[in-house]
Amino acid sequence: MTPRQRLWLFTIAAAGLVACYLWAFAGLPGFGNYPGPYGQEILKHAIAQTNATGVVSAINFDYRGFDTVGEEFILFTAAAGMSVVLRKLRGEHEQRAKSPYDRDLPPTSDAIRVPTLALVGPVVLIGWWLASHAQTNPSGGFQGGVILATAFMLVYLSGEFLAFRRLSPVALLNGAEALGAGAFVAVGLAAVAQGLPYLDNFLPLGQVPGAVSSSGTIALISFFVGIEVAAAFTLIIGELLEQTLFSSGGKIPRNPPIRDPLASRESQGNV
Amino acid sequence: MQIFPFLVVAWIVAVGLYGLVASRDLIHQIVCLIVVQSSTYVLLLGIGYVTGGVAPYFYDISPHAKAVDPVVQALALTDVVVEAAVTALLLSFAIQAHKRFGTLDPHELVEFKG
Repeated sequence: MTPRQRLWLFTIAAAGLVACYLWAFAGLPGFGNYPGPYGQEILKHAIAQTNATGVVSAINFDYRGFDTVGEEFILFTAAAGMSVVLRKLRGEHEQRAKSPYDRDLPPTSDAIRVPTLALVGPVVLIGWWLASHAQTNPSGGFQGGVILATAFMLVYLSGEFLAFRRLSPVALLNGAEALGAGAFVAVGLAAVAQGLPYLDNFLPLGQVPGAVSSSGTIALISFFVGIEVAAAFTLIIGELLEQTLFSSGGKIPRNPPIRDPLASRESQGNV
Repeated sequence: MQIFPFLVVAWIVAVGLYGLVASRDLIHQIVCLIVVQSSTYVLLLGIGYVTGGVAPYFYDISPHAKAVDPVVQALALTDVVVEAAVTALLLSFAIQAHKRFGTLDPHELVEFKG
């Protein structure tokens, strides 16, 4: 198919899309007049039923908790799928590539190193706070987990790829990811073991709505989701970084005298 | 301006689709796909808005305050997670394509036929 034919095909499809879009928009409720009864019912009862002042979190981890199990496993599968897709290629590459430590090392400027390393602590704190406050404020495990993962990115940005790898060994990350995902399912099964529906909120709800200790399983599940998401994102980012570092033209880690097992395996391959 | 938020949605879709069709670079196309998908966040939040409603968080306000629909907000979160997963996988496929064929131009990839 020539590019011209493809463009024509797209034009026909786009016309259909525009028609469907207009049709769909014509049936939408006016802006600001959403009549959805489900959300309004939840708003009426959520705080009394769960003691969580963050109603979105109550929906994610309680009312629609089963949905969120699936959501978490989408991320889990993406991280696993990425290492499968990229693994074989890295093996092929290692046989040909020179060790990354043999190249010239442009040192990372201190103007970058100092602020990034200084930010690691506050970023971990914010991520941890978000992951453990889903029940009270606009936060939760997904948001907190992503921010926790950026702490590892900051270590990498400071030019310490080896420190990044030491801080986030793949085996540990895989374990943390499995723990986070498994614990979510286990909390649901713990409810089943007591004769309650799957993912039923069986823990004590606390006395005060909005307290950190309130809301039962919502806070607990959110925290496990935070662990899972942080591990999954660090795995995904690490996987992409290795693709850059160990192929031609990539950046090179600092501190060449430190050899890690990956490097020594590569230099043996070259002999 | 009742229809304005939905026009924004349509505009974001159109811009993203144009990029998808016109681009000659796989990474750029993935970014365009993210743009198309980000229109769904605007759509979800636009649909769930209730005039005069606050965000559905009642930490420091009355639990009886009028609030926007929380269910579509929860769906928007799902949307973001799916986008992250899809982007990660697409990027790894782009890396694989570049390693095998030495190009990121989708037109040339067609000629190689894997």
